Amino acid sequence: METILNLHGVSKIYKSGSRELTVLDNVSFSIDAGSTMSIIGPSGSGKTTLLGLCAGLDRASSGSVELQYTKLENLNEDQLAAVRNKYIGFIFQNFQLMPTLTAVENVMVPLELRGEKKVRVRSMDLLDKVGLADRSHHYPAQLSGGEQQRVSIARAFSNKPLILFADEPTGNLDAETSSIIVKLIFDLNTEAGTTLVLVTHDADLAAKTQRIIQLKGGRIMADRPTMEMV
Amino acid sequence: MHLSFGEGAGARPMDHKIISKKELRLHNKGYNFLWLMHMAWRDSRKSRSRLFLFISSIILGIAALVAIYSLGNNLQDEVNNQAGSLLGADLEISGSQPTTRAIQRIVDTLGGKRSAQQSFASMVMFTKNGGTRLTEVRALQGAFPYYGSLETSPVPAGHTFRNNQQALVDETLMLQYDAKVGDSIKVGDVTFAIAGKLLNAPGQTGLSASIAPIIYIPLQYMKQTALAQKGSRISYRYYFKFNSNVEVEKLVQDIKPRLEANDLHYETVEGQKEDTGRFFSNLTRFLSLVGFIALLLGCTGVASAVHVYIKEKVNAIAVLRCLGVKASQAFVIYLIQIIGIGFIGSLIGTALGVFIQQFLPYVIKDILPVKVSTPVSGPAVLQGMTLGIIISVLFALLPLLSIRKISPLNALRVSYEPPLRQSDPMKWLVYALIIIFVYGFTLIQLENWKKALYFTGSITAALLILTAIARALMWMIRHFFPSSWNYLWRQGLANLYRPNNQTTILIISIGLGTALICTLLFVQSVLINRITLSTSTNQPNIVLFDIQSKQEDSVAALAKKFGLPVNERVPIVNMRLEDVNGITAAQARNDSTKGFSRWLFSREYRVTYRDSLTESEKITDGTWKGKAGVSGLPEVSLEKNFAKRSGVKRGDKLTFNVQGSLMKTIVGSLREVNWGGIQTNFLVLFPTGLLEDAPQFHVLLTRVPSQQVSANFQQAMVKAYPNVSIIDLGLVLHVLDDLLSKIGFVIRFMAGFSIVTGIVVLISSVLISKYQRLQESVLLRTLGGSRKQIFAITALEYFFLGALAAFTGILLALAASWGLAYYTFETPFHPEVLPVVVLFVLVCLLTVITGLANSRGILNRSPLEVLRVEV
Repeated sequence: METILNLHGVSKIYKSGSRELTVLDNVSFSIDAGSTMSIIGPSGSGKTTLLGLCAGLDRASSGSVELQYTKLENLNEDQLAAVRNKYIGFIFQNFQLMPTLTAVENVMVPLELRGEKKVRVRSMDLLDKVGLADRSHHYPAQLSGGEQQRVSIARAFSNKPLILFADEPTGNLDAETSSIIVKLIFDLNTEAGTTLVLVTHDADLAAKTQRIIQLKGGRIMADRPTMEMV
Repeated sequence: MHLSFGEGAGARPMDHKIISKKELRLHNKGYNFLWLMHMAWRDSRKSRSRLFLFISSIILGIAALVAIYSLGNNLQDEVNNQAGSLLGADLEISGSQPTTRAIQRIVDTLGGKRSAQQSFASMVMFTKNGGTRLTEVRALQGAFPYYGSLETSPVPAGHTFRNNQQALVDETLMLQYDAKVGDSIKVGDVTFAIAGKLLNAPGQTGLSASIAPIIYIPLQYMKQTALAQKGSRISYRYYFKFNSNVEVEKLVQDIKPRLEANDLHYETVEGQKEDTGRFFSNLTRFLSLVGFIALLLGCTGVASAVHVYIKEKVNAIAVLRCLGVKASQAFVIYLIQIIGIGFIGSLIGTALGVFIQQFLPYVIKDILPVKVSTPVSGPAVLQGMTLGIIISVLFALLPLLSIRKISPLNALRVSYEPPLRQSDPMKWLVYALIIIFVYGFTLIQLENWKKALYFTGSITAALLILTAIARALMWMIRHFFPSSWNYLWRQGLANLYRPNNQTTILIISIGLGTALICTLLFVQSVLINRITLSTSTNQPNIVLFDIQSKQEDSVAALAKKFGLPVNERVPIVNMRLEDVNGITAAQARNDSTKGFSRWLFSREYRVTYRDSLTESEKITDGTWKGKAGVSGLPEVSLEKNFAKRSGVKRGDKLTFNVQGSLMKTIVGSLREVNWGGIQTNFLVLFPTGLLEDAPQFHVLLTRVPSQQVSANFQQAMVKAYPNVSIIDLGLVLHVLDDLLSKIGFVIRFMAGFSIVTGIVVLISSVLISKYQRLQESVLLRTLGGSRKQIFAITALEYFFLGALAAFTGILLALAASWGLAYYTFETPFHPEVLPVVVLFVLVCLLTVITGLANSRGILNRSPLEVLRVEV
C-alpha cells in the first residue's frame, strides 16, 4: 500500500517568555492510503497538536510532515489552504458549523471554494445521504448535536478528501447518537476509500480503526495494529 | 443508509506533488470575488442589526459634514447669485475724508449713475419717550441700492424718505424703544419723522444690526444735524451703477493709483463676491472641522465595535481557514461587510445631513447676508458618502487586520494563543494612513499646512491623553482596589477592567464630547467675565466720545451735575503713517524683505498724548519722555506686541500724517499694555507739546450707578451735545452676550453632534458588551443574585464609567481653556465650579440612564429566558 502521510522526528515546542513547553517530542510514523488509525492518550498528551500538524493547520518546530510525498513545511499559508481544501476533510468535536449558514450552505462551502458547479444539488445529495435532506434550510442553532455532527460529516466528505481528520467526533454527543455518528463516519469512509485519522479518548471508538497510536507526554508510547492494543 | 460517493478519493491517481503552482492558481480562481461577496452576505445574516449598530456611530458625523458642506455650497451659489445686491451697486468707493477736489474729479469722471452716503456712529433719541441709543447713521443721496432694495415696512418708505425729512429706523431698534411709523427720532440737531421700519439693507446681517442698528436719513439734512465737525469719524461712500458694457474690473485697475493716492478704497461686485465667499468658506470650514471631530469619535467607536465583532468571529474564521479559505480571503470577506455597512451608514448619514441642512440656515441666520435656499447639493452628498466609506474602513481596518493572523488551529482549540494580541506591522501602516487621512482632510479644510498639523496633532494628543488617562484609571482601580467595599461596589468597579471591557473607548468618546462642550462653556464665561468684572467694580461703565475740544469742559460739568465722577479725559488725534525710516507704503509693498506688516501703513491711528503713563502701562524697552524736547526728534512709545507684529523696532523713525501735516518722530520706547479693564489704551502714545493744536476729539469715561441714571444722563447729553456718542458698557455686555450666544449656539449645535455621537457609541458599546456580559449576569442570577443587586452593579458600572469620562473630559477642557485664557485672551482663568458640577452630573446621569436602558433585557427576564433568546 502507498503511504499517504509520513512524519519524521516531529516536535512542537511552545515558548512562553523564557519558558519552553515541549508538546510533541520527536514523533515519527506513517499512514497508508485508505487505512484507518486512532490517536489516543490522556489530556495534554499532544493528540490535538499532532492532528493539527498532520492536517497542515500548524507548523512543526522541527521534523518533517509529508502528505502525499509533499513536505508541508515547504508550503506557504496559501498553498496549505489549497491543500486543505483539495485533499483534507475535518470533523470536529464541537461540530464547528458556520452559525450564519444553513445546513446545506455549510456543506456547500468546500465545493464553492473549489469553484465547482451545481454545488447546491450535490450538497443536497450529501445531506440526503446523512439523512438531513428535510433540515437543509435550518441553521445550526436549530439542529440537535447529532444533526449538527451529521452536517459536519457531509461537509467533511463533500470535497472527496484523500484523508479525513476527526477530532473527538463523538465527544459532545450522547451514547445513542454517538453510535449513529460513528457508523456514519466508518460507512462513508469505507465507501469513499478515504484515509481516516481519529483523535479520541474513547477506547471503543479507537478499537474500530485498524491501528492505534498511543501518546503520552508528547511521545509515542505505543503504535500497534488495533487487535494487539485492545 | 446507503452511501455512494462515486469515484472515491482513495482511487484517484496520486501525483507526487500534491499542489502545483497551476493548481494553486486554479484554487485562487475558484473562489472569486463574487463568492467572497456572497460569503460576506451570508456571514452577516445573524449580525446585520449589530453591524448597523457599529456603523450608527458614524451616521451623525457624516450628517454633520454633509449638512455643513451643503450649506457651504448653497451659500456660495447664493453669494454668486446675489453678489450684486450684497454691494447694491457695481462699484463702491470709500474713504474717511470729506470730498476734496481730487476726489470729486475721480467721482465725476467715472460716469454712470451715482449715489453718495456718509455714515457715522451717533446717538439718536426717540422723542416720544426720550430713549437714546448709539446707532450707525447712514445719510444717503441718490437711488442706491441699484441691485436689491432697502427692505422696509411699509414698502414705499424705502423710496419716499429720500425726498423728505424722514428716516428709516432698524426694525429691532423700533421694537426696543416702542417706536411706531410716524413717530419722531432726533439725529443731531434735526428731528426726522420715521417713514418706515428698515427690515434689511444690502449686506446687512442680523448680527451687524444688533451691534449697531442702522438709521437712514437723506444726505441733504446732514449739514443741519451738525454732526459733521472737524475730527468726526465719518465714512464717505460713493456708489456707482454702470451700463452693462462697462468692464468694472478694468475701470478699477485704471483708477487704482489715483484712488490710493487719495486714501480711497474700492469694492466691486467681484471683490464682494470673493470677500463674502471667503468669509463663509472659512466659517463652513471651521464648522466642518467641528463635525469632523464627531466623525472621528464615531470612528473610534466603529473600531472598538468591530474589534469585539471580530473576536466573536474567530471560531468561524478558523473553520473557514480549515476548509481552505486563505487568510487574505477571510480578511476580504469581513472587509466587504464593513464596506457594506460603511456605505449604508454613509447613505443614512448623508440623508440625515440633507435633512439637517434644511434647518442650518435658521441656526446661522443672524450672520447670513443672503437668503439661502436649501436644495440637495450633489458635491456635498458625494463628499459625505466618500468620506464615510473611507474613514469607516480605515478605522475598521485596525481590528480587521487581525483576521489575517487567525490560525485554523482555533477550530481545534479555543484556548489557542490569542491571535488579536499578536503585533502586526501592518497596523502601524493603518495608523499612519489614518493620521495622513486626518491631516489631508484638515489641510483641505484649512488650506494651511501648519494649522492642519496643529489640528491633527491636537486631536491625536487629545485621543492619546484620554487613552492614557483611561488606562491609568483602570490600572489604579485594579491595583488599589478597595477590597473592604461591599460586593456590589467591587463588582461594579471590576467590570471596568474585565476582559473585553469598553472602558477606554467610552472614556475617549464621552470624554472628548464633554471636553468640547466644557471648553466652549469656559471660553464663553472667560469672555463675559472679562467685561463683567470690569463693569462690576468701581471702573467706568460709560464712555463718551466724539467730544469737541470746546465742549470738553461743559460735558464734564454735565456729568458732575448728575453726580457722576469723571474717571478719565483723553484727547484723541487721528493720523496715518507716512513712512518708516524713509520707506513709504508703496516701497514696503514692493519689497517684502523690509518685513513690515501689510496694515502698518493702511490703518488709521488714533493716538493720544500725555506726559505720564497710566497704571495699565509699563515700559519694557527704552525710556518714556513725557514732554517733547526742544531739539531732536520727538519720541513716541509703541505697544510692544503691535511693534513686534508690525516689524518696527525701538530707534526706528516714523513719519505720521496728522490730517495733512507731516510729523517726524522716533520710537523712543516700547510699552506693555494691559488691555483688560475699562480704560483707554493706545498703540501709539505721543508726549505732550506736539499735538495740542491738531484737530482732535476727546473721550470721557464715567461711571453711572444705575440704568435709570444712565438713561437720564444719556438723554440730557444727547439733548445738549447731539454730536457726542455714548457707549453704555451695560449695553455692550448685553450685545456681547447676545453675540457670543449666537456664535456659541452655532458651535454648540455642531459640538452637539460629538456629544450625541458619544451617546450612540455608548449605546452601541453597551449593546455589544451585552452579549459578553450575559453569561456572567445569568450566572449571578442563577447563583441567587437578585434583580436589584444586578441593577445596582450595572448602575454603578455606568456611573463609574460616566464619572471617569466626565472627569477626564473636564480635565482636558480645563487645560485647553486655561491655555486659551492665558495665551489668547491674556486674562486670568477662574473656572466656575457650578457649571462644571452640573455638566459632570449630567454626563454621569446620561451614561447611567443609557447604560441601564440598554441593559434592561438582561435585568427584566429570567436567566433561562435570556439564555434561550440571546445566546
